[in-house]
Amino acid sequence: MAKKPLLQFTSKGIYCPPAKVYLDPWKPVDKAIITHGHADHSRWGHKQYITHHTNVPIIKHRLGDITVSGKAYGETFLINNVKFSLHPAGHIVGSSQIRVEHQGEVWVFTGDYKLEDDGLSVPYEPVKCNGFITECTFGLPAFSWVPQQQVFDDINQWWSTNQAEGKTSVLFGYSLGKAQRLVKHLDTDIGKIYTHAAVENMNEVIRPLADLPATTRITKDTTKKELLGNIVIAPPSTHGSPWIKKMVPYVTGSASGWMAFRGARRRRAIDKGFVLSDHCDWHALLKAIEATEATTIISTHGYTEIFTKYLQELGYDARTEKTQYEGELSELEQKKESEVTE
Amino acid sequence: MKRFATLIKQLDSTNKTNAKVDALAEYFKVAPAKDKVWTIAILSHRRPPRPVNTTLLRTWASELANIPLWLFEESYHIVGDLAETIALIIPNSTTNSEKSLTTFLEEIIALKQKPEAEKKAYLFQNWTKLNYYERFVFSKLITGSFRIGVSQKLMTKALAKATGIDQDILAYKLMGNWNPNEISFNDLVLEEKASDYISKPYPFYLAYALEDKIEALGDVKDWYAEHKWDGIRAQVIVRDRELFVWSRGEELVTDKYPEFEVFTELIPDGTVLDGEILPFPKGQIGTFNDLQTRIGRKTVSKALLKKTPVILKAYDILEWQGKDQRTKPYSDRRKKLEELYQQVQQSGDNPLHLSQKMTFNNWQEVAEERSKSRALHSEGLMLKRKDSPYLVGRKKGDWWKWKVDPLTIDAVLTYAMRGHGRRSNLFTDYTFGLWNDDKSELVTFAKAYSGLTDAEFRQVDRFIKANTVERFGPVRSVTPELVFEIAFEGIAHSKRHKSGVATRFPRILRWRKDKKIEDANSLEELKNLIPG
Repeated sequence: MAKKPLLQFTSKGIYCPPAKVYLDPWKPVDKAIITHGHADHSRWGHKQYITHHTNVPIIKHRLGDITVSGKAYGETFLINNVKFSLHPAGHIVGSSQIRVEHQGEVWVFTGDYKLEDDGLSVPYEPVKCNGFITECTFGLPAFSWVPQQQVFDDINQWWSTNQAEGKTSVLFGYSLGKAQRLVKHLDTDIGKIYTHAAVENMNEVIRPLADLPATTRITKDTTKKELLGNIVIAPPSTHGSPWIKKMVPYVTGSASGWMAFRGARRRRAIDKGFVLSDHCDWHALLKAIEATEATTIISTHGYTEIFTKYLQELGYDARTEKTQYEGELSELEQKKESEVTE
Repeated sequence: MKRFATLIKQLDSTNKTNAKVDALAEYFKVAPAKDKVWTIAILSHRRPPRPVNTTLLRTWASELANIPLWLFEESYHIVGDLAETIALIIPNSTTNSEKSLTTFLEEIIALKQKPEAEKKAYLFQNWTKLNYYERFVFSKLITGSFRIGVSQKLMTKALAKATGIDQDILAYKLMGNWNPNEISFNDLVLEEKASDYISKPYPFYLAYALEDKIEALGDVKDWYAEHKWDGIRAQVIVRDRELFVWSRGEELVTDKYPEFEVFTELIPDGTVLDGEILPFPKGQIGTFNDLQTRIGRKTVSKALLKKTPVILKAYDILEWQGKDQRTKPYSDRRKKLEELYQQVQQSGDNPLHLSQKMTFNNWQEVAEERSKSRALHSEGLMLKRKDSPYLVGRKKGDWWKWKVDPLTIDAVLTYAMRGHGRRSNLFTDYTFGLWNDDKSELVTFAKAYSGLTDAEFRQVDRFIKANTVERFGPVRSVTPELVFEIAFEGIAHSKRHKSGVATRFPRILRWRKDKKIEDANSLEELKNLIPG
């Protein structure tokens, strides 16, 4: 008789039957281990949350009064005799991969991740396992990131040029993760960094956890004149909203993996696209999989069918499972409840 | 190449037309003359013949990227542009090329005659050596069509800005058959010729759609009505025994309609007419479908000229005996036009027709005339105040269009395809089906690409991604669940369509979230809408 799988894909989320615990479930459950603070991974309504301790203030900020316990990276904890531990995923501050071990079998669930050190979150560490459950938001060979220093040089250059032309730079990035990564690497010799309320609220949560340069919250008292020539970090949903009128004359930019496609930028009517993602590109996904030495690979979200077919050709036991994770797409396309404009 | 690639990058870094014009104008000020000629040629779709077919391009690009061909194809469907896909999947290089755009184009032209092995070596060498934007531009030059969000009009505007030469004059200078390999920038653009000015058109006067009740226009006696024909709005100019035909897009289309050449003999010098180019197969006004066979062809075959000739349905005269007539009342201009028409008529069969002007005793009669439109292949009525001058651009008050309401039908979304350009990677191109007789099957009847808001497109995109039944390359069949109200302007029997029906300008009117697929219409109900 075939052994029952250690992790099952159910209508509520990824479930570990012997431990009776869910990983990043999308429906309310009793006990959930959470990889990171983005809305599609840490949802409202679970009785008990377990996550990395730097993620605790982040999800508390988003979800309010919840029962949550924080763990350190590499710290082993047992639930019903199943061994769990969290390991850095390098996606955003406080993000983890979840390692599950039971009766000699090891599985790793990545949540979202990237290999490049972003200078803000603890860098990704490969974890050896038998089965690897991976995202593949950018699982196409058309996605190939350049080192972030090059992207930030471009962003700072763009800001300087806009300033010289008497314009304010408005740079879009989702408020948890991308916004802080942008803030961290902007050249404050050029000017001041202003932030949308949703971004600044998150900055306040992150500031005790990571070293961030000074930022100024835009309020109704902020004048057009003081903004001029400076840079504004705002969630993508503010593009085209009345809120942004205060920045006139402005130039818009967007920092996202999707900006690799000319069409994606043009569709959003954004002036300048910067290809900067908190997810793996094609080569990073393949490199990460190889490093785990896993033989079974399950893709959860992104270009799953294409990616899985390729892995099968490489000889992996690969398959796709439907989840409700959305990756960077949702960050860019959807209005978040936390991003209500002033 | 470095300069040209930088220009493309600059054009890609802004969403504002003025910034694009500035970047292009700056390029036209500083680029070498020969490169400028090539840039004009490329941006006006005069590309060199494709030296390598796209099958080979795909095969070689996937080989260089070390990925299977199927994976390249999948990537291409998602990226939505072949050159962009090639530029993205080939490992990045940071070097650039000092070779000029002209040198590259000369090499590409010469490449066509080379053996396959040499072609491959040439492509590999450049693909690995050039940086992202150069690789993109290089691949665009190889694949041909250079659509990058810069219209010929925008290019002409930038050239006007850089040279100080009038934009319309430039549009004229750049038309026709010139070879970028042979002509100099001086000959093409700079050198002033007296003949340049004789082509100059007047800005078109455009009407708004009628919003109020028709009675609000006041006394019916103050108005002329004409049928609104579904063709191409055009100005026909005869000056110095030469003919010029301008479309409303301010594009010179003289070469496309050789049957108008006869006007140089029939119409006196110093005449400018405003009218509609219409298909006239079998001596009758045809449908827009007929005209479609003529649009977009640079050269017209004799067979096509015979099968689908065109006429000019003239409704206004803007210049007479070399004098601007636009401030005169419409009734006076009409009288001149009618006199000219009578005169031309005496020379026998020719493509000048007169748009019938109609007067009525009350608005009810006007409404009745409008209701006959569809049977006459007209889109509805134009209402023009008798004393109106010919204004510039879209203005309210003196001219109104009173189109017939579009036909509509409720149909089910059955297939979807990813869009291209700014819609790439988003499912925005939809196919719709109607029920067959026993409601057992949905028969495809139309494709539509427009009519939803961006937010609705994103919702439908999500639905499609979550409800895909089968994939056929870029096309997906989806679970029949969503019902849309589809509007269209005209309808006719068709042998080319599986449904047996062709619709004109189908678009999504609204998403009927209140309807289930059982509530969608049938093909039979669609056929009942065909006039006659």
